[in-house]
Amino acid sequence: MSTRADISRGSGPGFSIGTVSLLTGLVALGVLIIAGNAADPMMGAHAWIFFFLTVAGLMITGFWAGSLNGRNPFDPAFYEDTIVKFGVAAAMFWGIAGFLVGLIIALQLTWPGIFYFPDLGWTNFGRIRPLHTSAVIFAFGGNVLIATSFYVVQRTCRTRLAGGMWPWFVFWGYNLFIVVAGTGYLLGVTQSREYAEPEWYADLWLTIVWVAYLLVFLGTLWKRKEPHIYVANWFYLSFIVTIAMLHIVNNLAIPVSLTGSKSYSLFAGVQDALTQWWYGHNAVGFFLTTGFLAIMYYFIPKRVNRPVYSYRLSIVHFWSLIFIYIWAGPHHLHYTALPQWAQTLGMVFSVMLWMPSWGGMINGVMTLSGAWDKLRTDPVVRMMIVALAFYGMSTFEGPLMSVRAVNALSHYTEWGIAHVHSGSMGWVGFISFGALYCLTPWLWKRKALYSKALVEWHFWLATLGILFYIVAMYVAGITEGLMWRAYNEFGFLEYAFIETVKAKHIMYIIRAAGGGLFLLGALLMAYNLVRTALGHGEAGETAANDAPKTATPVLQPAE
Amino acid sequence: MSIMDKHGKLERHSLLLTVGILAAVSIGGIVEIAPLFYLENTIEKVEGMRPYTPLELKGRNIYIREGCYTCHSQMVRPLRDEVERYGHYSLAAESMYDHPFQWGSKRTGPDLARVGGKYSDEWHLDHLKDPKSVVPDSIMPPYAFLAKKELRFDDIEDHLKALRLAGVPYTDDMIANAKADLVAQASPNVDFDAEDALVARYTEASGRDGTVKVSDFDLNPGAVTEMDALIAYLQMTGTLVDFSTYEANDLSNRR
Amino acid sequence: MYETLSSFAQTWGLGFFVLMFLVAVAYALWPGNSEKFRSAAHQPLIDKDPSDD
Repeated sequence: MSTRADISRGSGPGFSIGTVSLLTGLVALGVLIIAGNAADPMMGAHAWIFFFLTVAGLMITGFWAGSLNGRNPFDPAFYEDTIVKFGVAAAMFWGIAGFLVGLIIALQLTWPGIFYFPDLGWTNFGRIRPLHTSAVIFAFGGNVLIATSFYVVQRTCRTRLAGGMWPWFVFWGYNLFIVVAGTGYLLGVTQSREYAEPEWYADLWLTIVWVAYLLVFLGTLWKRKEPHIYVANWFYLSFIVTIAMLHIVNNLAIPVSLTGSKSYSLFAGVQDALTQWWYGHNAVGFFLTTGFLAIMYYFIPKRVNRPVYSYRLSIVHFWSLIFIYIWAGPHHLHYTALPQWAQTLGMVFSVMLWMPSWGGMINGVMTLSGAWDKLRTDPVVRMMIVALAFYGMSTFEGPLMSVRAVNALSHYTEWGIAHVHSGSMGWVGFISFGALYCLTPWLWKRKALYSKALVEWHFWLATLGILFYIVAMYVAGITEGLMWRAYNEFGFLEYAFIETVKAKHIMYIIRAAGGGLFLLGALLMAYNLVRTALGHGEAGETAANDAPKTATPVLQPAE
Repeated sequence: MSIMDKHGKLERHSLLLTVGILAAVSIGGIVEIAPLFYLENTIEKVEGMRPYTPLELKGRNIYIREGCYTCHSQMVRPLRDEVERYGHYSLAAESMYDHPFQWGSKRTGPDLARVGGKYSDEWHLDHLKDPKSVVPDSIMPPYAFLAKKELRFDDIEDHLKALRLAGVPYTDDMIANAKADLVAQASPNVDFDAEDALVARYTEASGRDGTVKVSDFDLNPGAVTEMDALIAYLQMTGTLVDFSTYEANDLSNRR
Repeated sequence: MYETLSSFAQTWGLGFFVLMFLVAVAYALWPGNSEKFRSAAHQPLIDKDPSDD
């Protein structure tokens, strides 16, 4: 057994429990003061939510620490897997919530007479659309990333997570941020910055949590027992570091009052727009792309039990992707008041981005070479490979849409909605589902998933749902884009705006149906994962041949 | 050789990897965004821009709160159909006091950059209360509750002060009279002195006449509601700049 | 100042990109690194506990 105890690094169990409790206690005290002096009811509500949840956290920590009886809860001889289990459960919960809200807003646009209530302002599209985007991106995606990064960094560094109690602070702190953000949207607390809507105090809290996340991740890398940092960790690290930078710069704001919820952005107009879309575009790049590429680089090789197709390619992929991505933001602002040279730079880099994106996709798909039969026999592998197909599709489409001439047609239309959903449902959704399907039997030490047939059902329902969704939105987007610019024979605009809205009705119905199928698939998945964790069905059988842990090892390299 | 040694370290040492990542991702942002902060060149010389009046500012905050930006853009692009449908293309100068900007990214509804003055207050009132009553095929949500909610503005001075800190040229006079100005704009023919003072203050800031509209926007003289504020904001969007004096081909306006 | 910075962005920014790309490619293709990369690529496939040495 290892005797390289964490205590030598000043992170013994008592120490980290103490520091986490101290920070949580200080926050509880601070929010109590704010709660007593809140300048507006929204801030009051949030301060009390914060207060009760932090105090509950302190009490639970106290009871738990008291029941340890001298046992080291952070024994370095074992991996920290419980937190990954929590992450899997949280991701599944938020995923279903986010897909459901998405379905509701799709229905609102389709049948406004049924799904709007004149006196319930908080149920209107404008308030719950951010709830949908934040729930799927940050609550679902974020929990998937936290859970998988904690799993992967431990396995590839062959060491327990650093920081003792601090990873738990990251997990609960992040989910507290989600709760505050989500309730804020319903209460009307928003900065109106797309994908960065939470107000200044939630942003400050997330900054603290994120710094803790970075330190836990780096600390784990520092005490690793493998000579090399596996490339998946590069991708995770770039995700954590870059999101920190983007988050801080884009949320610079001046609060009206330290006890009030409202703030004003530090920047105005053009600068504000460019900062926001530098953030918005790179949130796609570093949250929804590099983070989930890290999943690809670990879970696909692990699941098919072969090393990644080309490790060299993965290095070139990494550096060129992160360098090029950061430049491409201005393509969100074509034909606007942004200076043209910035628009052109954004366009050029967006087109160049196609190259590393496809390099990465090929690297992931070709990892299967020699094991193509798994596409047929293992629906989880198929899910992850189809995720890469959607990744390839939307990273081909993205550069296309960033060309000014195409953007003139596509911008402001449902085409954009189609594009983001092929990326988010197809790529992010499917690679996450694949990772969760892998993790659940591994973490709960089950032979296999409860039901492979249910995975097949999920796969086909979700695939069909995505196709319904994106085809409907492509048709709707191009239709309205062309109608907006149509002229009649006298040289006047042919259609009133409302006619273009009316023209999309059927497509909206098909879109909602697609979203419904996608949600149904996720519900099957949740059921399957719960039964797997409980050890039912195929998960409990003794002689399963599906479990990756017992697969025959491939040729080992000489060491 | 020495380069390769360095990269061996870069790979082995996570701290250096972190620094490498930061270098790679910050260069693009810095060189692209930094120039815009030295920015006289990005904002054209125009006449008429002024800070929002307190009532318009409150209305704008309601626009933000309700998430109007999720369906409405405020950025007319210089394309023939957009200019014909919505009016003159948007200038950078027109959002110079917008903290935050509201250019939007999606047009589920039409662009609102120049909706000001296109419809009557009464039309806006009916439309916001029940969009289908004036546009039968509309899919916009109803906002009837705004007309029932009294506007809360006890801290309006703090809002102006925060914006001044961010660079909006609110004068001491504007801040000191913010409450009176707010009430006056929604209460025509009540306190003529207050009304005149409001118009004078913001006309001076604008440099041209006719940019301050005083009206009982929600047709409810008894109260200043959130509906008053929102309609006041909508009615001023895109109306400040005097395009008769704007020289698109002036060298300093070319980008 | 604006002119200087924006022209820098349009020239040296691109130059820096090319340089960085070449360094990354050189590093990936350097013959001396191939053994290291091969062992790194197999890292996820080996199941070990933290206590195994």
